[in-house]
This record gives sequence, C-alpha cells and structure tokens, in this order.
Amino acid sequence: MPETSYDQEMAFFVDMQRCIGCQACVMACAECETNGQESMIHVNFVDRRKSPQTTVQVCMHCEDPTCANVCPADAIHQDDFGVVHSANSSRCIGCSNCVLACPFGVPKKMEEAELMMKCNLCYDRTSAGKKPMCATVCPSQALFYGTREEIARMRPDSEPVNSFFFGQQEVNTKVNIMMPKGTTSLLIP
Amino acid sequence: MYNLFKTLNRTAVIKATIAAVVTVVLVLIGSRNLQNFDPALIAYLIGTVFAVFGIAYRYSVWVQRPPTRLYWRRSMQFLFSKYFFPYLWRYTKLFFKNILAQRFIAHRSRTRWFGHFMLATGCLIAFAITIPLTFGWIHFILKPGDDTTYYALLFGFEAGSFQLDSPLAFIAFHGLVWSSVLVTIGAVIMMKRRFTDGGLIATQTLENDWLPLILLIAISVTGLGISYDYTFLEGKTYQFMAVTHAITVILFLVWLPFGKFFHIFQRLAQLGANLYKTEGTRRGMAVCPHTKEEFATETHVEDLKYVTKELGFDYDKADGSNHLDLSPEGKRSALAKAHLEARTQAGKLFG
Repeated sequence: MPETSYDQEMAFFVDMQRCIGCQACVMACAECETNGQESMIHVNFVDRRKSPQTTVQVCMHCEDPTCANVCPADAIHQDDFGVVHSANSSRCIGCSNCVLACPFGVPKKMEEAELMMKCNLCYDRTSAGKKPMCATVCPSQALFYGTREEIARMRPDSEPVNSFFFGQQEVNTKVNIMMPKGTTSLLIP
Repeated sequence: MYNLFKTLNRTAVIKATIAAVVTVVLVLIGSRNLQNFDPALIAYLIGTVFAVFGIAYRYSVWVQRPPTRLYWRRSMQFLFSKYFFPYLWRYTKLFFKNILAQRFIAHRSRTRWFGHFMLATGCLIAFAITIPLTFGWIHFILKPGDDTTYYALLFGFEAGSFQLDSPLAFIAFHGLVWSSVLVTIGAVIMMKRRFTDGGLIATQTLENDWLPLILLIAISVTGLGISYDYTFLEGKTYQFMAVTHAITVILFLVWLPFGKFFHIFQRLAQLGANLYKTEGTRRGMAVCPHTKEEFATETHVEDLKYVTKELGFDYDKADGSNHLDLSPEGKRSALAKAHLEARTQAGKLFG
C-alpha cells in the first residue's frame, strides 16, 4: 500500500441499539471516494412486523475474512492494518460468493457493473488520519470511531467485543460491537 | 534456489511445461519447420514461450483454489449439459459484450470504459498481429517477375495478396502503429484517473497500478519510434529503437503471468460465473428464512456451504441449519437480534 497516516490507535465501535434509522450514515457513506460515490453502509429494520428498531452494519473487517477466502478471483485484499478492501475491480468477476458467504451480510453486488463493493473503512480518509464518513455524522453514536480510552469513558457500562460465534464458527473482527460490561463474545443463534 | 524449486506446484509445473512444449510444436508446424520463421524475432519468441509457461502455471495454481476449482467444474458441467447450444450461444454473446467490448466497465464509469476499451483493443490488435508473426504463422513473400504484389502466407499456405502501394498495404503495414495510438490514448486516460480520483490515490500502488500503464506506454512509444525511424530518419536510429522496443516488450511478456496483466486471463471466469447464475436460477432459488424472499440460487448457497467447510469455516448451527441459509439482510438482522437479546438479558439497553 502507499505511505499512509493510518492511526492504529483508532478503532471502530458499533452499537446497533443506538441506531435511530435516520440514514445520515447512508448519505455520508456515498461521499467516500473509495466507494465511487456508492453508499456501502446498511441500515435496515430488524423485524418490521414487531418493532421499528433499525440496525446499522458496516464491514467488520474480519481477521480471517470469509469473503476473501471464498473469492475465486483473489480480488479481496487485507492490508497490513487489517482493513479488508473492496474487491479489486480488475479482478472481481461479480460471482457474489463474498456477498453470500459474509457472516455479517456486508458486501453488495453491483449487478450491471459485475462488481462487488463494500465498506473499506473509508480508506481514503482513515489512511489520511481522518474518521470514516459514517462515524462523523451519526447523531446517536451508534457508530463511533476513536480510541479505546475515549469509548471506555463514554460507555462505562459497556464493553467492546470483537468475537462472534455463528453456530460453530468463531469470527474475530477489527471492528467492535458495544456489549454489556463483562461480555467477551456474542453468539448469533 | 533448491527451496524455490521445492515450493513449486507439481501439477502446475507439468501443465505449464505441456503448454510451453505445445507452443513450440505449434511454432514448428505453423512456420513449416522454421522455414517461415523470422530469426530477428527470436527474443520475442523466447519471451512468449516463457509467458505461456508462466500464465499456464499461475492459471493452474489459481484453478486449484477451492472456490475457483468449484466454479471451473460447475461452468464445465453446466456448459456441457443438455443446454449446450443455448449456453454456448450465451457464452458467445457475453464474450463479445463483456470480454471484447468490456461493456460492464461502462456501468462503473463511462470514461473508464472508454479508456480501458481503447487500451484493451490496442493490445488485442497488437497480439493478433505480433503473435502469428513471431511464431512464423504469417509470412509475406514477393514472387519472381512481380515486385509490386505482396503475398501473405498463413501456415505456409497462400492466403491473399495486395499491391504494395495500395491503401490496404498502408493499413496492414501500420497495424502496430494504430494499436500503439489506441493503447497510448487509453493508458493516458487511465493515468489521469489515477491522478485525480481520491479513492484510487488512497489505494493504488506503484507495481500494480502505475507500472503496467507506464510499461504499456513505453512499448507503444518505442514501437512508434521504429516506425518513425524508417519513415522519416532513413533507419539511422533503427538499432536503438529496435533494442529499446524489444526490451520493453520482453519485460511485458515476462511480467504478464505475475502482475496486473494476469487479469486478462482471469476475466474469462466472468463468463462462467454468469452461466452459473443462469443455470442456478433454472434449478431453483433459495428463500431466506428471515425475509421470506428469494435472494440467491439454491445451487450457490449449497456450494458455498461446501466451499466454506473445505476452507475451514463451519457455519453449521445446532438446529441443523447453516448461517449461510440466511440472506445478507437476514444475517444483519440475526446479529441485531442477538445483540438486543444480550442487552435485554443484561437489563440495560444502553451503556
């Protein structure tokens, strides 16, 4: 990768219970230049029949990304900072393996362009020492980008968790989800 | 050095060796036992045989990866089925649309498509001219008593003739000039994007993004130099022009299997992925247990469960289902519901 000012002290923290469905992050995400002005963040109702609760999902940047493993074209690259980049557009064959295999449901297939795209932590910004677009506009701080000290001060009763169990599979991620104090992992039944 | 050989992939080495040997045999047959082979092009031939070896090696290693192998097998299985003719027709149409015309790039950006199309078309024309010439498959002769008609021999057989001062001769003899112009225009457009697009500036690298463009321009400019030399300089700088052009082209050939240019060969897999989707849709769609909507083909979901297991991921659940049965939206909702459950159990929704 080119020389960067990527700050490894900074981390991403998500708390979907705080999502109010305002879509500000969706609009802001489209400003990220690495996405080609396409919004990559997901805001959707959890279960519309029962609740107005929305959830927000950015790429979790897995330590061993399933998306990159199942890519038949070697198009998904993880850099030295652990950022899992959007598909290399010269290699991606638009097969959707990553879209269907990602345990968090993150990658998007741009059908006409035969290309997978996903959140890459606003690499144009984070590599220049700035915060991702979504985190800068989220009014409820469901999305927060900062240091661990900052989040510990702001959320004294919560714990950042980056270990998730999908059935048998443990997935560790670069992005954290804020959980009740003392939690070490989240089991998705 | 011994360690390097030890790490080589045995199957790939065998396939690559066969490909290289077949190429040499085709050169011998096509040039009528080197009778029509131009010795001045020997360096290009060696570079091309090396490129064939490298491309076959990398392709073979690539196809051995579990997801690639599955796509490859499925593509062949679906193509050579009872739907062979409709699928072959589909492949052919897509080959023209997505490989030769690269129309899918226009949906990413029109300028980008134009630049890439110019660049790719220039390269393809150049390949179509230089490979048969280097292999001795095409050869031009004059016949005794007639020094104004050029006869083209294809594999040693007469395939046509044209007058030396005709417009056709001008177009044919300058084929590489036209392709150089196309490549240069395309490469400059692609370079401009890399100077101005913030996203590209953040992620591009010298070896993967800039060097391929610089090399293509170098090949084109040095190639144009040869033409300029014999047209306007009476061949005074021929040696310099020919050597610099040969160096750039051979660098390109040697690098072809390893760098960004390998995507030329990977791109063909897009046709297989398209057919995979078509046949999968015919076989039936998978319905997400959460959204109750169709989201992918059943074949795709089942194949992915198999491939993820092969790669060491186990998304099986205790109830016998698999996490991959959920659509992307279903997965996001499952995570949010698990998060809500954990917060509810802790007795505090926010913290």
